[in-house]
Amino acid sequence: MSILDSKIPSGELNQKWSSYKDHIRLVNPANKRNIDIIVVGTGLAGGSASAALAELGYNVKSFCFQDSPRRAHSIAAQGGINAAKNYQGDGDSVFRLFYDTVKGGDYRAREANVYRLAEVSASIIDQCVAQGVPFAREYGGLLDNRSFGGSQVSRTFYAKGQTGQQLLLGAYSAMSRQIGKGKIQMYNRHEMLDLVLVDGKARGIIARNLVTGSLERFSAHAVVIASGGYGNVFYLSTNAMGSNVSAAWKVHKKGAYFANPCYTQIHPTCIPVSGDHQSKLTLMSESLRNDGRIWVPKNLEDSKAIREGRMKPTDITDENKDFFLERRYPAFGNLVPRDVASRAAKERCDAGFGVNTTGEAVYLDFASAIERYGREKARMNHDGEASIEIIMDLGAEVVKAKYGNLFQMYYKIVDQDPYKTPMMIYPAVHYTMGGVWVDYNLMTTITGCYATGEANFSDHGANRLGASALMQGLADGYFVLPYTIADYLADDIRTGKISTDLPEFVQTENDVKANIERLMNIKGTKTVDYFHKRLGKIMWDKVGMARNAEGLNWAIAEIQKLREEFYSNVRIPGTVDSFNPELDKANRVCDFLELGELMAKDALDREESCGGHFREEHQTEEGEAQRNDDKYAYVAAWEYTGKPSEAILHKEALVFDNIKLVQRSYK
Amino acid sequence: MKLTLKIWRQSGPNDKGQIVTYPIDNIEGDMSFLDMMDVLNEELIVKGEDPVAFDHDCREGICGMCSLFINGEAHGPDRAITTCQLHMRKFSDGETIYIEPWRAKAFPVIKDLVVDRGALDRVMASGGFVSVNTSGNTVDANAIPISKIDADKAFEAATCIGCGACVASCVNASAMLFVSAKVSQLALLPQGKIEATERVLNMVRTMDEEGFGNCTNTGACAVECPKEISLDNIARMNREYFKAMLTSE
Amino acid sequence: MSKSVILKSSIAKKYWMAFTGLFLCLFLVGHLLGNLQLFYAGEEGRRAFNEYAYFMQHNLLIKVMSYVTYLSILFHAIDGLLLAFQNKKARPVQYAMNKASANSSSASRQMALLGSIILIFIATHMVNFWGKMHFGEIPLHTLTKAVNVPISQDPNTGQIVKADIEFSYFLTTNGEYKQYAYKDPKTKLFESQMEVREETKLFDKNSNLEVAEGYKDLHSVVMGFFGKSANGNDVNELAWLAVLLYTISMAVLSFHLMHGFASAFQTLGLRHPRYTAIIKNVGMGFAIIVPAAFAAIPLYIFFK
Repeated sequence: MSILDSKIPSGELNQKWSSYKDHIRLVNPANKRNIDIIVVGTGLAGGSASAALAELGYNVKSFCFQDSPRRAHSIAAQGGINAAKNYQGDGDSVFRLFYDTVKGGDYRAREANVYRLAEVSASIIDQCVAQGVPFAREYGGLLDNRSFGGSQVSRTFYAKGQTGQQLLLGAYSAMSRQIGKGKIQMYNRHEMLDLVLVDGKARGIIARNLVTGSLERFSAHAVVIASGGYGNVFYLSTNAMGSNVSAAWKVHKKGAYFANPCYTQIHPTCIPVSGDHQSKLTLMSESLRNDGRIWVPKNLEDSKAIREGRMKPTDITDENKDFFLERRYPAFGNLVPRDVASRAAKERCDAGFGVNTTGEAVYLDFASAIERYGREKARMNHDGEASIEIIMDLGAEVVKAKYGNLFQMYYKIVDQDPYKTPMMIYPAVHYTMGGVWVDYNLMTTITGCYATGEANFSDHGANRLGASALMQGLADGYFVLPYTIADYLADDIRTGKISTDLPEFVQTENDVKANIERLMNIKGTKTVDYFHKRLGKIMWDKVGMARNAEGLNWAIAEIQKLREEFYSNVRIPGTVDSFNPELDKANRVCDFLELGELMAKDALDREESCGGHFREEHQTEEGEAQRNDDKYAYVAAWEYTGKPSEAILHKEALVFDNIKLVQRSYK
Repeated sequence: MKLTLKIWRQSGPNDKGQIVTYPIDNIEGDMSFLDMMDVLNEELIVKGEDPVAFDHDCREGICGMCSLFINGEAHGPDRAITTCQLHMRKFSDGETIYIEPWRAKAFPVIKDLVVDRGALDRVMASGGFVSVNTSGNTVDANAIPISKIDADKAFEAATCIGCGACVASCVNASAMLFVSAKVSQLALLPQGKIEATERVLNMVRTMDEEGFGNCTNTGACAVECPKEISLDNIARMNREYFKAMLTSE
Repeated sequence: MSKSVILKSSIAKKYWMAFTGLFLCLFLVGHLLGNLQLFYAGEEGRRAFNEYAYFMQHNLLIKVMSYVTYLSILFHAIDGLLLAFQNKKARPVQYAMNKASANSSSASRQMALLGSIILIFIATHMVNFWGKMHFGEIPLHTLTKAVNVPISQDPNTGQIVKADIEFSYFLTTNGEYKQYAYKDPKTKLFESQMEVREETKLFDKNSNLEVAEGYKDLHSVVMGFFGKSANGNDVNELAWLAVLLYTISMAVLSFHLMHGFASAFQTLGLRHPRYTAIIKNVGMGFAIIVPAAFAAIPLYIFFK
């Protein structure tokens, strides 16, 4: 086992980044014009990187599989973005954000990266406001904040329930400006299908033009993978239908280590599954936990009656409700981190207290918040005598202003009015903390190949706190990568244009072509979705919220069998050289079928519970995650050797100089 | 639920295309419209037929990718939602449903129900931004207070998802609602005011060049807009353009 | 400020539509106020209307305004058709199923069609009245009155013999009724000492001098057109059709205005939460009242 060099600069934690920036090499403006950079993905990480790099003067080639960079799934992030601005004067600081993030990640993140993230967080807000991102404001004209899980300060900036959208559109508009100038060449409806290495360095990609079906070669001096997470390995997740691991997986297969694949975030507040035909799960923002109270009935009988439709949640009085998060975690209450909240909900449902016809749902109730806000509003209206109906109406107005779009989404999907009856929620796959291993520079183990945002593994440890993904994506793209990539590209100022006629490009393109032809020639009987759904079921049942050795071994065997079946019986209609969404899906599912196995392998290897990774064998008496810092305080980075089952584990030891590792407690 | 689907099939940009009828059965009310399309496609693939191509991605009403003209209306009969949020409970057993692509010269059909909306991106690239470089040294976010009313109005305009339903619904295939939403958002904020003149002139010029029709204030766009972007924005853009026209050099 | 911005951009074209449209709304008000005099019965009404028609034709300010109006109509029509053609081109393939009624009023979607009908109406309307007034032959405002006048004295009794003799008068632009002929009681023929030259000029036959200018009798033309005989005018045999088409045209105008009035404000960016509802209501009232009042006139004439 080799020791991975994370290239963390020496020095005091709070000086590392600034002194590092002061000493890394730069590329002068004239030379930047001669350097090409490929960025795969146009979400917050990719979009911001593309824009920032193009502003600096590099020639950027951006790729997205959607029809426009604005569609990347960062757009669906709802609740907010953290930043250590301390505008509320509630004791926030860079250190506290750093501390909360490391603790929230269950001490499995790299200190230096997280500290840097907390340091640049404030600049993100400044930058976004300068771009015209309309964050929520108070009547005085200053920015408003709200609270998110895992912190005791209000540091989350937001734009109603559409923060991700507003930030992404900010990055997209910055990109648009560069596209208009020709500094970014935008390749929409293109999917990266392989990385091209020349002399061991990342020098280009092979992408499929999804409209014409043709394979195209693109060269660059560096390649940035910003293609997001791999939650869709579960088939049902809150990810977009097209979200995929392919770009990250291809670089993994070309030599980039894949780190901590088992760290999956199961988000506690999603709309429960309604039937077999369902293709997608919908998130209800964590911000709802600011005002919503989570409960199940106290009595098994009541839960049963609700499941059978004999009783309604509104029939149950507060005494007969079990506000289980408030009961178990009085200090953080409903705002415990996601992994904790999800497991607590699962625990209640497994014990038979679940609601919905499936028994797999708990309530998220706004009645008391609506009443509280209503009374406040009535007082402000000098109507102290208002009837409860009027109070509830007034309160509903306030709640609507805060979460209107989320309530509307819920209403349209479930056909129940969340202002009148509590929402039903259940955990669902949402985010993947694991990803391509990167060093402090965000470079993967392939020279010249970078990974940013959710596609890398670096900042969230074993569990990501709410409103931190947006922060990380933009930090990487706007404020980290533009510096660190220059240090590498400084060597490339004399390289000149890289020809796509090099034998490495020809070879890689031929490999891709062969893979596609292999898939097309199977001509089996089952659709791609059939396999994807089966994979998802294996993953959810055995590599989901709770894992154990037996289940993981079973999953590994099942996935191997499923993969064989896929390669012998999948049916892909249409042709190679045309618009063929089924082929696109097949290309992605191939990679999921390998990744799923590596996830199970990683989960099996990690004999501890931490954050989103919960091994049933390792829990405290109260059912909380039981870490094993002596043996597992490391990053598990896997090297591809041809088969996921034979992947080689490399360990990067995690050193905590500034935080004392303790049992995470939110009680 | 048993339904008859009448779907526009067009193998490529140069194909003439036609409506093809597909019967479909066992559709449940709590399925989304796109779940229903998935069911149809699964059936077609198993039968050895070409599945229907349609754009979709997030399936939660925010990415703006889905774009079906359902029974004569963009995103179907329900209001304030995208196609992916439309549920089959809005239809009744035995109903015939027409499914067509967005129709506009500026949105050429790629295949079946998939159209190319690159024109909207090009409009954005011509001015839908604030020219501020990424530095980390911009002024503090709270240095310029912005009235909550303006901030909220800017936000409402900014919620546009760029799906193109406004163009699809407009009798003239005009993109005024889309363009005005961005012009409006930035015109309302002090950060955007600096470039307001050039922005509105450039964006409107690109909009015209892309072959969108002219606004006749029918208001159809705002009715069909999944994000309920208001006609206020078009009026604001009209004012902005007027100012710009008279004062630009 | 480049020319292309002012003339060619889609939004500028719309400003022109709005400006000309709103100006034409003003014109409609003016025109209607004049026309309402047609309800004013008898010679006095006739005189008032014809004097008004003369005024409209001769006042310098009105003349300028009328040219602006013609230009507005032309510009509104040409610009509107240009926009309509562009709009047509913007959607080359139509929907197989389009439920536009779910999201917009049919008037708003049919502005070009409604406008074209109105344009045809304006053309025929101008041929029928404006053209005749300006270039065609319109009889002068004449009045024949029977006056019981002494025609002779009975030589025997010395009694004055009176008889009804019809005198004809021109209404002249200095406001007088000028007698120009009378019916010779013997020959029963009118004898005139004046003749009309250049349509409206009254010349004394004997002295060959211009003595006055007469008013054109547009009033009688209008009455005749809509089926009412008066002052010996020609009565339109198809008056019923004229009334019907006129009424339909006004209905079309009404629909055009129902959308156009408020739409012009929107185009000019005059929209505000406090005032937009008012604009819409005023527009709706305008769209109903003005065309209805216009249509009431021929109906009144026809059925009176």
